[in-house]
Amino acid sequence: MWFLVHKWTSLICTLFLLMLCLTGLPLIFHDEIDYFTEETPRFGMPGVGSSGETPGLLPFDAILARALAARPGEVPVFMAFDNDQPSMTVTTAPAADSPAAAMTIQLFDRSTGQPTGEVDESGVMHFLLQLHTDMFLGLPGMLFLGVMGVLFVVAIVSGVVLYAPFMRKIDFGTLRVSRSTRLKWLDYHNLLGIVALAWATVVGVTGVINALATPIMQLWQMGELAEMTRAYADKEALPPSRYGSLDKAMAEARKALPGNNPQFIAFPGGAFSSKHHYAIFFQGDTPLTERLLTPALVDAETGAFTVARPMPWYNQALALSQPLHFGDYGGLPLKVLWAVLDLFTIVVLGSGVYLWLGKRRTSTEAHVREVESGGLAVPAE
Amino acid sequence: MKRPAKRGNSLRAIFAWPLAVAVLSTLGLVSALTGDGWRDAVSWLGLGAPVLAVAWAIKARRT
Repeated sequence: MWFLVHKWTSLICTLFLLMLCLTGLPLIFHDEIDYFTEETPRFGMPGVGSSGETPGLLPFDAILARALAARPGEVPVFMAFDNDQPSMTVTTAPAADSPAAAMTIQLFDRSTGQPTGEVDESGVMHFLLQLHTDMFLGLPGMLFLGVMGVLFVVAIVSGVVLYAPFMRKIDFGTLRVSRSTRLKWLDYHNLLGIVALAWATVVGVTGVINALATPIMQLWQMGELAEMTRAYADKEALPPSRYGSLDKAMAEARKALPGNNPQFIAFPGGAFSSKHHYAIFFQGDTPLTERLLTPALVDAETGAFTVARPMPWYNQALALSQPLHFGDYGGLPLKVLWAVLDLFTIVVLGSGVYLWLGKRRTSTEAHVREVESGGLAVPAE
Repeated sequence: MKRPAKRGNSLRAIFAWPLAVAVLSTLGLVSALTGDGWRDAVSWLGLGAPVLAVAWAIKARRT
């Protein structure tokens, strides 16, 4: 039974998993690649985070005005901050609920107010990211890759079950490379698969959670957020012409959540806010809680504080799944290890296909015997 | 179809090293998430375990 589970879950997801591993490999190093291929802007106040309150940083309203002046007729959707540099982004779109493809992201230096470029979405890295996320198919593509991720996790579990009878007669780490090519790859498949087990499971499960990002945000918006802004439920959507001061809203939000810095602001009408609020997403003040966000909702017209409540567990799971999937949270050595384990996974997938192709016509019983004999009972053609 | 255990490795023997590697990897995965500095170093050691295990097997267990 487990042999068949392993065979079929693996076969269905292997091609997509190979694509994910291959596109994921350069994506691990996207920060480094961007750094070497793009010009780093010279900041007015280097090392001062745009998310902070350091004197000299310009008001958010001033930056927003510049961003809107550069995109006449558009409305603001997001404003996002950096903890390490005065750099920040303003996302605009033709309408508050425009799809991501219609959005424009402008970069600014909050210490000088100067634009430092637009986020380029035509490069190779962006292409790879898009392929990796949804294969250019939008939400259905994301969900499909999520299903492939589930199959991958089932393949890992069934592989571990098969590992036990296979290793009955041989010791951990055995690599019989000189007997036959099939035995060599069978041993590599088992060794690389079992040592990468924990990593591959975590990257697989967090990949599935990331694939569910859109429904998770919708769940939050329709549930928690709707409840937090119940008093506004019957009001008409606030038009952008009546948006009030961001700086005043930020000051009110900071009063409610002292000591914390914002990660981004979601403007009214988008996927991350109500139709009447600036949703200012604050990060925790320790490394552990930095990724766990608490939105403070401020009436976008009056600047009055409405409510702040930590994101529910499913959003927090999503927030923690991002670093655990990307491997970008422990410096360059962690990224290198991430890449090596990714290569291990590619070998496991490739050798798996090889083992299947080699003896496709033989019976399941013969394959089960092969596993139980530790690879010695080679299935006959 | 459980057959009587012939002379062979017990389940415990089979999974001792894989379990050790998995625990170290998990420790590594979580450690860097909780902060920087030495916690990053722990994560490198933890996730280095699977890589070291393969390097060791190639050196010592290849026949």
